[in-house]
Amino acid sequence: MNNNNKANMSAFALKLLKNIPLLLFILVFVVFGLITPVFFEWDNIENILTSSSYIGIVAIGMTLVLLTGGIDLSVGSLMFLSASSAGLLIRNFGFPIWLAIVSAIVIGLLVGAFHAFCINKLKLVPFIVTLSTLVALKGLTLMLTKSVAVEWPSAITGMASRRLLGFIPLPVFIFIVIIILVQLMLKSTPLGRHIYAVGYNSEVAAKAGIDHIKIIAVVYILCSVLAAIGGIISVTQLGIVNAGYGEGEEFKAIAAAVLGGTSLSGGVGSVFPGVVIGTLLIQVVQAGLVYLQVDIYMQPIITAGIILLAILLDSLRTMLEKRLERRNITKSCE
Amino acid sequence: MGENILALRNISKAFYGIKALSDVSIRVEKGEVLGIIGENGAGKSTLMNIVGGVLQPDSGDMLLYDQPYKPKNTMDANASKIAFIHQELNLCNNLTVAENIFLIDFPKINKIPYINKREMNRLAHEAIKAVGLQCPPDTLIEKLSQGERQLVEIAKAFSMDAQVIIFDEPTTSLTARETERLFKIIGDLKQKGRSIIYISHILSDIQKLTDRIVVLRDGNVTAEGTTSSFNIDSMIFNMIGRDMKHIYPERKNVVSDEKKVELVNITKKGIVSNINLHAHEGEVVGIFGLMGSGRTELMHIFFGLDSFESGEIKIKGKLKSKNTAVQSIKQGVAFVTENRREEGLMLEMTVLENLSFVAMPNLASRFLRFIDKSRIADKAAAISQRLRIKSGAIEKSAAKSLSGGNQQKVVIGKWLMTSPEIFIVDEPTRGIDVGAKFEVYSVINNLACDGAAVLVVSSEIEELMGICDRIYVMSRGEITGCVGQDEFDRETILRYAFGQCAFNKNASHESEVQQ
Repeated sequence: MNNNNKANMSAFALKLLKNIPLLLFILVFVVFGLITPVFFEWDNIENILTSSSYIGIVAIGMTLVLLTGGIDLSVGSLMFLSASSAGLLIRNFGFPIWLAIVSAIVIGLLVGAFHAFCINKLKLVPFIVTLSTLVALKGLTLMLTKSVAVEWPSAITGMASRRLLGFIPLPVFIFIVIIILVQLMLKSTPLGRHIYAVGYNSEVAAKAGIDHIKIIAVVYILCSVLAAIGGIISVTQLGIVNAGYGEGEEFKAIAAAVLGGTSLSGGVGSVFPGVVIGTLLIQVVQAGLVYLQVDIYMQPIITAGIILLAILLDSLRTMLEKRLERRNITKSCE
Repeated sequence: MGENILALRNISKAFYGIKALSDVSIRVEKGEVLGIIGENGAGKSTLMNIVGGVLQPDSGDMLLYDQPYKPKNTMDANASKIAFIHQELNLCNNLTVAENIFLIDFPKINKIPYINKREMNRLAHEAIKAVGLQCPPDTLIEKLSQGERQLVEIAKAFSMDAQVIIFDEPTTSLTARETERLFKIIGDLKQKGRSIIYISHILSDIQKLTDRIVVLRDGNVTAEGTTSSFNIDSMIFNMIGRDMKHIYPERKNVVSDEKKVELVNITKKGIVSNINLHAHEGEVVGIFGLMGSGRTELMHIFFGLDSFESGEIKIKGKLKSKNTAVQSIKQGVAFVTENRREEGLMLEMTVLENLSFVAMPNLASRFLRFIDKSRIADKAAAISQRLRIKSGAIEKSAAKSLSGGNQQKVVIGKWLMTSPEIFIVDEPTRGIDVGAKFEVYSVINNLACDGAAVLVVSSEIEELMGICDRIYVMSRGEITGCVGQDEFDRETILRYAFGQCAFNKNASHESEVQQ
């Protein structure tokens, strides 16, 4: 009887732990709301959603790479490059806005293709390849902009405040479209399933006849393209790209993916609900800390602390799962 | 003579200058089961990898239905309806049964790349039903047992309508019941006109299952003929090139009174309870139990890989203070784990590196504890020679390039480098051939002669009876019996292994014993 109760307790705890990011998200949201009721107002919620959209898009790209067991550290610098170069193309070369945006996306595509080339053909480790481009792209952008902030025309900043159906901000709309597309791709297309297969074990995948070189190339290109899109969406909210732009975004993107249950060793993870919840959690914490007027130097420390806590709880879940699955060999425990 | 489906003509293949196959010609007839036997490293796997498209031959050619057949990769082989079921199953455990079956050929909706899940699951359901696997097609592979996973591979071969199916050592991780089921499926496939190539070290299975046998030795075909023209002795003779008079080496060890190891009342809830066992100097002690009886778990606890709740472990009369692997190694305990590929070897690293891992601290230089490369290399070379490890230069060849038996010797050699006094070996002969088995037995025997205590965990009763002085029997986490050499008897041991009550209720349980 006693044993039975214990087992039930464990099963219940496991259920709770399985939804840690969601529970933590709700908890943080409610706590912040109780302290500052402004937090519950639609304006604030819309604000959180809008600022989640760009990091969410970058995190989705990151998830694709993590699913294959790789990593892309360069996303922050690429956001900086794409946003700055689009701004420069508009301001200095008179590009129409749409063409500037397309160019920025093409830059992302080229960076992704470069990553894929280094990883597939030169057999370099993703960590080092993307660490190098993290530094190089940042340097390149500073060279192009001469460290001067790039202002975007007001037509673009207006885009962020545009509403679809009267209440969905454009960035949020784009975020939702990307969530749906990538979710469908991962769950229901051969490409998506092959990403999981390669992430489980690229040798097994190759032996089964999957072109793992192609899969790796696709995920790095998609990741960079999504980072470029994220960079542009973010700038539609800010209107200006200054020299510190994009710094630390790779941390947020990786954290959002991991909070969403993505494994760094590949093969496990999901875009929805996983990464979406992870992104929202991070943004709620950040917004809340601003509302509470927490010391600006304390904010990153607290954010990092909450992320660490979430991941700690998640690892507790894995341990508990293992313990529950362990077979009972002796008779006494039946 | 039946209709030839596949013919290999004068196939040769070398790795780094070492000939793996020279001028091998074989043929496969429609609807037959062809057995391929040979020692580890005889070239069986290389040959099958060539048929399966994993490797390309240096010279020679293949004909499939009298047409040239030149697979460049697995996909080519699959497209030609040749399926290869590897010893290490090739499944993605994070995907479902259906997804694994259709991994490179998903049923799609119209022509857009959108998987038709309903159709996929329906087709998968048919395929797994045909091989007798009972689970929903959307079950994740990681939830299945080893035997069920193998059925998924067979279902995959089935769904691609494979005409030639290669099985490489399919029974090594199956229970007896799963093995029986596999044989029945192979029989069915044969009835349906499929050709089977079956590779195994278990000669009695080969005898039971195959129509024809090809024997390979050192990359050459040494014998070929109908199964009825062979008996076990002639198979062995052709495999190793000489008669094998004894399966087990002559025993010369002397058991002294001194207890090298003693476990007293070791208990860990749900895993083992009240374990009492000991081994003397110079003694080979067997531990028998069915799969899941807790024998491997017990050895993990003993070696310090797992904790225990109460009881004592004494090594050479002294209480083990900290139960960690490091402590065990310091006290002269060695542990050859059950799963050599996952737990025993760094597959990507060289034989030399694998051999030197454990002993490295002992062989470090006095000054600043630098690694003494030449000393390690000398010792490793000596061990490699003593165990007759067949490989290229040990400092160059990766462990994964070795055959199963030689890999096992590397794992044993790694521990011999530390000159252990207490040797634990878990399933030391799984998946290796008769010749290599004899050598492993000899190593165990010699260790005992030199005064070590050896604990052998095995699910083969004959093997334990052949090499042990005493056998403990485990059932459901307890020791249910201990049998001395003069009372060795299959019946008795099995009775203990089922626990008394289980045995009385259902004698047919014997089929659960591992082959």
